[in-house]
Parts: sequence; structure tokens; C-alpha cells
Amino acid sequence: MLAYIIRRIGQSILVLFVVGLVAFSMFRFVGDPVDNMLGQERTQADVERLREQLGLDQPFVVQYYKFLEQAVQGNFGLSYRQGRPVAEILLERAPATLELAFVSGLLALAGGIGLGIYTAIRRRGISANAIMTLSLVGVSLPTFLIGILLIYLFSVELGWLPSFGRGEVVDLGWWTTGFLTVSGLKALILPAITLGLYQMTLIMRLVRTEMLEVLRMDYIRFARARGIREKSVNFRHALKNTLVPVITITGLQLGSIIAFAIITETVFQWPGVGLLFINAIQFVDIPVMAAYLMLISVMFVGINLIVDMLYFAIDPRLRVDRTAGGH
Amino acid sequence: MPLSDRQSDATTIADSARVAGPSRARRMWDSDFGYAFRRAPVAMISFAVVILLVLAALLAPWIAPHDPFNPATLNLMNGFTPPMQANAFTGDFFLLGTDDQGRDVFSTILYGMRISLFVGFAAVFLGLVIGVTLGLLAGYVGGWAETIIMRVADVQLTFPAILVAMLIFGIAKGVTPPEYRDQMAIWVLILAIGLSDWVQFARVVRGATLVEKNREYVQAARLIGRTPFAIMLRHILPNVLNPVLVIATISLALAIIAEATLSFLGVGAPPTKPSLGTLIRIGQEFMFSGEWWILFFPALTLLALALSINLLGDWLRDALNPKLR
Repeated sequence: MLAYIIRRIGQSILVLFVVGLVAFSMFRFVGDPVDNMLGQERTQADVERLREQLGLDQPFVVQYYKFLEQAVQGNFGLSYRQGRPVAEILLERAPATLELAFVSGLLALAGGIGLGIYTAIRRRGISANAIMTLSLVGVSLPTFLIGILLIYLFSVELGWLPSFGRGEVVDLGWWTTGFLTVSGLKALILPAITLGLYQMTLIMRLVRTEMLEVLRMDYIRFARARGIREKSVNFRHALKNTLVPVITITGLQLGSIIAFAIITETVFQWPGVGLLFINAIQFVDIPVMAAYLMLISVMFVGINLIVDMLYFAIDPRLRVDRTAGGH
Repeated sequence: MPLSDRQSDATTIADSARVAGPSRARRMWDSDFGYAFRRAPVAMISFAVVILLVLAALLAPWIAPHDPFNPATLNLMNGFTPPMQANAFTGDFFLLGTDDQGRDVFSTILYGMRISLFVGFAAVFLGLVIGVTLGLLAGYVGGWAETIIMRVADVQLTFPAILVAMLIFGIAKGVTPPEYRDQMAIWVLILAIGLSDWVQFARVVRGATLVEKNREYVQAARLIGRTPFAIMLRHILPNVLNPVLVIATISLALAIIAEATLSFLGVGAPPTKPSLGTLIRIGQEFMFSGEWWILFFPALTLLALALSINLLGDWLRDALNPKLR
């Protein structure tokens, strides 16, 4: 057990090291930042000064060491496009993305588990079948089309909800929140649904399959035979036993919510980290791209590590299943 | 079914020339696989839609009523013509309306689908070639090659494919000089999407190869002294292709959606060479002012394309799975 944990942590550090190397290579070899920052009218002196300022005149190894040293401290230098420290920009944008991810994660979890139980209990019902069919269509729809569809319906046609931005936000010093104003909450609804829908259908299908399996078990039949109320059987006996895989899968999905936030944030012009990343790609703003890459890798690797540990802690059988299942 | 007549006709002709069985297509149609296909209306409809759309894309230069990328034939007065109506100023008629620059939406969709399909097919092909090669190597050769390949695959699988594609696109864009970026965008897209989805192929082929390499026919081939290269290519590869075909079909739908997503986000096909995603991006701007058709028709086309390929892939997976027979 201990050997396994140590090996997993070692692997995670190796992955982060490789990602760091990719990020640094981007810095060193991709594009000419000086070209990007200075316009057409520039003098040689301007170029030299900026090169020195950005540390681009130093040898490779020195730059690499500096990069690692700075990256560990969360310092990724100046954005080529905005001329401000990347860490500062990221911190400014993080609350928007985290609030969005939190709400859509909650939505996906609550909606997914709720609908999953419903479709499992009413397996042959018309509405349950309709939900299952709808979820198939939902999986096939690209995220950005769902977003556009929602905007068209609720912003353009009905005019109920805003189509872009975060609404009014309250500044708490180091955190800006949209939870405290009516316009902030209204602005959150459509992006949260867009982002959460795919995860919701995924969780729903998972819960449904697990529930159907558990409901066939003998102890459920015995519980029914003992005359325990249906509600109690479904929720206290069956649901409890479906939650282990749900928790682990949800954990893994957490990372993809952050990644897919890029698409949702672009559709709704949500001022978060994802929109920042897309703009960075468009303008080849390497420091922002590298920082985002590092940040998201730490997150993904961390989540994977924790989920793997959870497998170990909760149910050893699952670990065997997982390697055999092969996805 | 007048099958017997036709068959007897065919045999007399065939007899005079050479002794030959029914054609390849005929054999396909009569096989178990063909039977399963004929019994699945969803698969047949999806297949028809895919063929129709691919043909329309291929024949775009001949079908399209206008050339949307030739500025000489565009008339700005034709801008924002609604579908199925004559333009108020010029009297010109457009089946699906026009966009802000007076480009015929129907024609831009045909040309856009060409780019979407080209990027999709090319990206899947790239991912397939890389994945199958590495999967065969990992499975047959084993050892450190396997360790490295599968480790890299594991790491890449940790990140969502779309994110990997975005990153590769960003890096490749940075490497290309600015004046070539628009020209290269399509190729960069293919590279980005192709490199983001080789893992599935590699994993499946490796798994299948591990099973196949201990079979008698492979041992026999080894005994008669065939080279490992020939064994992998001529003996194992044909036997692991079924699952590859299924993954390729599903990957195609994913690749088309990925391309559309990247183009929609503005990190894909440029407005000068719009794909369906770029068209949707352009159309989105006009959604608020009531010109719905500029957005609606490209979106509908993308949906039809992705959905029918997806359904076809789903059916193919079941049809090729011997356990479900």
C-alpha cells in the first residue's frame, strides 16, 4: 500500500516535470515575444531593452533554472499582451471560473443523481424513457451549440436572462463574487447549465446503471420482503451502495469541467481563466499559455492522485475492476 | 426480389469470360454484416445522410450556386437576404439567405463542410496511423518501448483531448511565421486534432496485439522466419482492424466536433477559409439582430453530420462485436 502510494506520487511528479519542460520549451522556442509586444514602429534600442527586461538575452540553462525557480513560486513573468504579471491576471480571473465550475458541478451532481435515481426506479415509465433519449441527444450536441441554443431561447427570444458577462460583482478584496447580486446570479444560470449539462448526463447514466444493478441484489429483495417502505429501500439501501463509483467518476470529471469551461466562457464572454487562455492562444501570449498549462496540470494530476487514493481507501475491488476495464 | 434473374444473367456473362464469384459489393451486401445493416433502419438512414453530405461537400464547386470566396461575384447589396426570398434591392434569390457580405449561406455551408470533413478525415487518419503503429510496437515488441508508449498515452489521457488539441494548436501557431498562419491553419488543425486522439487507437491495438501474438498463426509465421516487421504488418494488423474501424468512425464524429469547437473559439479555420465552426462563430454575431439563418443552417448541418456519424459508429460497434450476435 505504501509502496503503491509512493510510486503514484513519484509518477505524478514526473508528469509535472514533463509538463514543466513543455511549458518552458514554449517560452524558449515558440514565436518571438518581442515581435508580439512591440508594434511596427520600433527601434533596435527598444528591442534590446525589452529583450533584457524579459530575460531573453541570457543562455538557455540560466533561463531554464530561472523558469523553474519562478514557476514554483507561482511567478510566470509578464503577459506579452497585457504587460502585467501573469499571476496577477490569473488571480483576478480565477474567481469567475471557480464560481462557474462550482455551480455547474453542483448542478451536474444534484441533477445527475436525482434523474439517475428517477430513471432507474421508473425504468419503464414514459418520462424516464424520454429523459434517456434526450440525454443521448445532449451527449451528441457540441457544448458551444448548447450554449448558443440557450442564449437564443432565453436571451434573444424570451429576454429573461443576460447573454454575456458576469453581471454585477461584489469585490471582497481578494475575491470577486457574483453570488451576492441579482444580476450576478442571473448571469450565472445559462453558463452553469451549459457547462454542467454534459457532466449531468454522464452522472445520470452512471447512477442509473449502478442503481439498476443494485436493485437486483438479494438484500434489496429482502428489505422489500421485510416490509420496509419503498422510499427507504431506494434511498437508504440502494443509493448508498451506488455512490462509491459516482464519487470517483465525479472527481475525475471535476478536471474536465475546468477544461470545458474554456468553451462555455467563450460562448458567454465570461471573464474567467478559460477565456484568458483562448485569447492567449489567439495572440500567442506564451507566458499566459504556459502558466495556464502548469496550473491545469497541477490540478489534473492532483485530482487523479486523490481519486486513485480514494479507490484504495474505499474499495480495493474497484481498483481491480478499473485496470481490467481499461478506460 | 428479381435477384435470381440478375444472377443468372451475371453468371452467363461471367462464364463466357472467366469463372468469377459475385462482385465484392455483392458479397458485402449478402454477408452477415450486410444483413445486419439491412435490418437496422437507423444505420441505413445515418449512412444515407453521411453519404449525401460527403457527396455534397465533394461536389461543392459544381453544386454551389455561388462562389462565396470570389469577391468579384459578391454584391454587398445582397447582404442579409432572408432565406427563400428575393433580395429587396437586387431581386436576387438565395435558397438559405445570405450573410452580411452578401455571401450565399448555402454555398458557404457546402464549402465549409468540405473543410470540416477534410480536417476530420485527415485528423482521424493521422491519429489512426500514429496510434496503430505505436500500438503494434507496444504490443508486439514490448519491453521499454511498451513502457514509454503506454506511459505517454496515460499522461495524455489525463488531459481532455480538446485541451491537448488547443495547446498543440497554440504552440504550432507560435512556431509558424505570422504571414503564413492563415494558410497553415488547416494543417495545424489536422495536426492538433490528430495528435490529440491517437491514444485510443494505440490502447486498443496494443490490447488486441497482446492477444494475437500468442496465436498459432503468428508462431508459425515466426517459425518460417518472417521478420517482426512483416509479422506485425501482414499477419497481426489485418486481425486487429475491426475495433480500429469502430474507433475511427466514432473518432471522426469527435474530430468534426473538435474542429468545429476550435474554429468556433477562434483558434481553428480562419474566416478566409471558413469551416462549419467558423460559420457558426460568424453567425452568432447576427443572432441578436434577428438574422437567424446565418447561424441556424450551419449549426443544423454540423449537427446532422456529427449525429449521423455517431449513430453509424454506435451501430458499427454492436454489429462488429461477436459477443452481441
